[in-house]
Amino acid sequence: MAITDDVLVIGGGIAACTAALSAAETGARVRLLAHKKSTLRQASGLVDVLGYAGGDGPLSDPYAGLDALPDGHPYRIVGEDGVRAGLRIFDEAVGDAYRGGHTDSNALVMTHGGAVKPTARYPESVAPGLASSPGDMLLVGFAGLTDFDAPVAADHLAAAGVPFSARGVTVEFPKRFRADAKVTRFAKALDRDEDVNGGTVRSVLADTVADELDGESRVGFPAMLGDDHDEDVRAELSDRLGVPVFEVPTGPPSLLGLKLEDILFDALDEAGVRISAGNPAVDFEAENGRVETVVVDQKSRPTPYSADQVVLATGGLVGKGLDSDRESVTEPVFGCHVPHPEDRYDWSEPEAFGDHAFARFGVVPDDELRPTGEDGEPHFENLRAAGGVVGGADVAREKSASGVSLATGAVAGRLAGEEATR
Amino acid sequence: MKKSPSVLVIGGGSTGTGIARDLAMRGLDVTLVEKGNLTHGTTGRMHGLLHSGGRYAVSDQPSAKECIEENRVLRRIAGHCVEMTGGLFVQRPEDSDEYFEKKLEGCRECGIPAEVLSAEEAREIEPYLAKDIKRAIKVPDGAVDPFRLCVANAASAVEHGARIETHSEVTDVLVEGGEVVGVEVTHQTGTGPYVHGEPGEVEEIRADYVVNATGAWAGQIGDLAGVDVEVRPSKGVMTIMNTRQVDTVVNRCRPKGDADIIVPHETTCILGTTDEEVEDPEDYPEEGWEVDLMIETLSELVPMLAEARTIRSFWGVRPLYEPPGTGTEDPTDITREFFLLDHADRDDLPGMTSIVGGKLTTYRMMAEKISDHVCEKLDVEAECRTADVPLPGSEDFTVLRDYMDDFGLRSPIGRRSAQRLGSRADEVLNSVDPNPVVCECEAVTRAEIQDSLDTAGTDLNSVRIQTRASMGNCQGAICCHRMANELAPEYDETTVRASLDDLYQERWKGERHAMWGTQLSQSALKHMLHAATMNRDEDPAAADADIDFAAFDDGGASEDDASGVASGGAVADGGRKQAADRAGDDPLGGADGDN
Repeated sequence: MAITDDVLVIGGGIAACTAALSAAETGARVRLLAHKKSTLRQASGLVDVLGYAGGDGPLSDPYAGLDALPDGHPYRIVGEDGVRAGLRIFDEAVGDAYRGGHTDSNALVMTHGGAVKPTARYPESVAPGLASSPGDMLLVGFAGLTDFDAPVAADHLAAAGVPFSARGVTVEFPKRFRADAKVTRFAKALDRDEDVNGGTVRSVLADTVADELDGESRVGFPAMLGDDHDEDVRAELSDRLGVPVFEVPTGPPSLLGLKLEDILFDALDEAGVRISAGNPAVDFEAENGRVETVVVDQKSRPTPYSADQVVLATGGLVGKGLDSDRESVTEPVFGCHVPHPEDRYDWSEPEAFGDHAFARFGVVPDDELRPTGEDGEPHFENLRAAGGVVGGADVAREKSASGVSLATGAVAGRLAGEEATR
Repeated sequence: MKKSPSVLVIGGGSTGTGIARDLAMRGLDVTLVEKGNLTHGTTGRMHGLLHSGGRYAVSDQPSAKECIEENRVLRRIAGHCVEMTGGLFVQRPEDSDEYFEKKLEGCRECGIPAEVLSAEEAREIEPYLAKDIKRAIKVPDGAVDPFRLCVANAASAVEHGARIETHSEVTDVLVEGGEVVGVEVTHQTGTGPYVHGEPGEVEEIRADYVVNATGAWAGQIGDLAGVDVEVRPSKGVMTIMNTRQVDTVVNRCRPKGDADIIVPHETTCILGTTDEEVEDPEDYPEEGWEVDLMIETLSELVPMLAEARTIRSFWGVRPLYEPPGTGTEDPTDITREFFLLDHADRDDLPGMTSIVGGKLTTYRMMAEKISDHVCEKLDVEAECRTADVPLPGSEDFTVLRDYMDDFGLRSPIGRRSAQRLGSRADEVLNSVDPNPVVCECEAVTRAEIQDSLDTAGTDLNSVRIQTRASMGNCQGAICCHRMANELAPEYDETTVRASLDDLYQERWKGERHAMWGTQLSQSALKHMLHAATMNRDEDPAAADADIDFAAFDDGGASEDDASGVASGGAVADGGRKQAADRAGDDPLGGADGDN
């Protein structure tokens, strides 16, 4: 007997979580089939909605850019309502852990390289460090962490013309680790407030930074200020320094991305979504133009999951929701049509930040987000797609990655839930 | 004291740096100029094979004998640049027995140790060889790191008083009274290491003798001097795999042909190659069919290559030469020998000699011969010592011990560092504290990066070739901004950014030839990290227009001061997975490590 639900969402990232939450809101019985850790561990944890469109940007109002996007862009299909629906679900899921929901405007947030970027939602630990908020800034980097060079980042901020002064210093972390220790080891030392010469990690770090402080009204660190006890770490450092401390989002392994993943999975639990994790969807059975079951490879044993409606949210090229070889690009679970230039040398541009075709690879959705074949007709009447597997957006250059996942997840999930509970 | 005669060497490849070292060791006053990085031309664009001579044992025995001789010399003087992997000439059922026997006999005639292996014995050495191979000949082929070799030669030359100027292009050859007396050089930036943003300058360098060691570019220097040097540049593709599918050099045992060699190189394998004549050594098509040909043909020897991941491809141009009137049509038939063209004898233009042809394995011997020639011209009596004196880094191999305790580096990182640095490991790795890993794919620490900056200036591609940082699976996705950060505080932020952009673009160029399957996934991740996460594509600091910061969300600072840190409240701070799990995460993750 197959496991049966109303809505089956395949995937484990932002789009899948949003689709599941959205479907659950309709009262449907929802199951999430997640293969493995999502790509959130590689993401900064910022929620970009739209920062650049039609040659304009950085956009202070993401909604103002929607009309400038090309036809076939997922935002053109779900519209402003879809974007807002995605953000509503996100805001409800994350609560106070994220900021930015008080306004339609984008914030400008500094990245670990020092460039600022427009984003719509940001972790609360990032909030005091907005480049679009006033207050002179001291950035603190650590000699043993190569990803963030505080003086370089501060000078980079200044080069962008931020309306405050920024200064960077590199200090020794109070505790010495193996030379190749990762950011997670630093976070753990702060979490546990491990003993070190002259006190504990937090107190010695605060003393070190206090010596460097020269009238700045906020202090930023790479995002490693604790994991399980991050609030305590920030509160204590802030208290000892007498100014707010903030985190600068980083690349992988991204603690902020991992925390977001945890938050979203908690929200799924709370919404009653069933989660089957750890095994990939590899096949399906269909009848009369409908997907009947999705087959999961459970330690080499094919296990069927059946549902009335299915949402495909397996990710794009990075998340392996799309696959390719030297000749073609494919969607591996359902074999949905993925248009692409015939010559693989046309998939990318010679300029590293060019208008790469591969960035827009994905399935072609109809107006109900159902992947369509070459003939423009939906492959299956009950299969929808959300997130990176949907084509048509260069989310990296637009700064729209999370937004596209939220919007398409919200709409695909709602439509699936409504169909299933009709 | 009498001033030493001065020699100007043009070309910073293996031949040029080899000549510079040789002449400097003989006490001459040497200046070497190179228009790009060291290894910029052909040296940095080859498969890294240290020939046993086996490849030439049938067609070109004089070259084969030189190869085995120099193979032994390089193991002695450049141990830290060489990996003696051994090599196999593998015969497939369709390959002729007659050629196999000739190869074996040729090896023996040239003094190349050669042993016939059954198919089973060959597969014991290389388990991924095709099931249907017939047999193989085992020879002492190896792998050589051409970058390290070239840099070590340059370093030795400098130790002996030479001046090396990279990013310095010869824009004229000075001829006075019918004699070459020097060159005009245009430095891209000032003299010394390249620095982004520094203005260029033009310098006249006069010398008692000029050596044109520019390989495939020798004709262009010849033009500046008004003489014809008929190089016939021939391009070849090299496709780099993500890992070492073989640990031995695998050659196809048949007469010349495309796609007939796999060379294990550091963390990768390199598939080669093609042989096609080109007009211009800097402007020729790099075509996808060549990459396809490597994969399809070489998977006849090692079937798993058909589905394996390649991380990039690159092309090099051979500096082939043939004496006027030879008229060879197929470039694969042009001899691999080297030629010393004395322009006094040949063109009635004294003061300059060109050296063309040849191959990396015999670079030292070529350098010795031309150095002998130059010394004769300048009436200098001095012995060549380059075959006996080890290169910097290869003096003392007791350093190749376990580095874990010495440097607090985990064993694989310490070992890799010590292999690259050889006898310089102590000096370099102890120079920086703390010494974090910058490039995780290739296990390169800050100390090695900092060491390379002495000569690299702000040219991160020079750092790359010296250290291998950014040359692994992720092609710099994770580390290239970290490499750039290492330029600070000596250089300012604008320079850091310009250097990063250069390196990133250089990596992208070669990656494009591998963009399908897992590597396309990796490239997509790179695009996300650098465009989405870091906003490097739209960096406002690089844009002309000013941003109206006040138009953006200020975090509610104006109405609500609670956006800050200590704003308690019940925060949905997440299901707490064990942080210990995360600590072990491979940061390359997703595209790379999760498979």
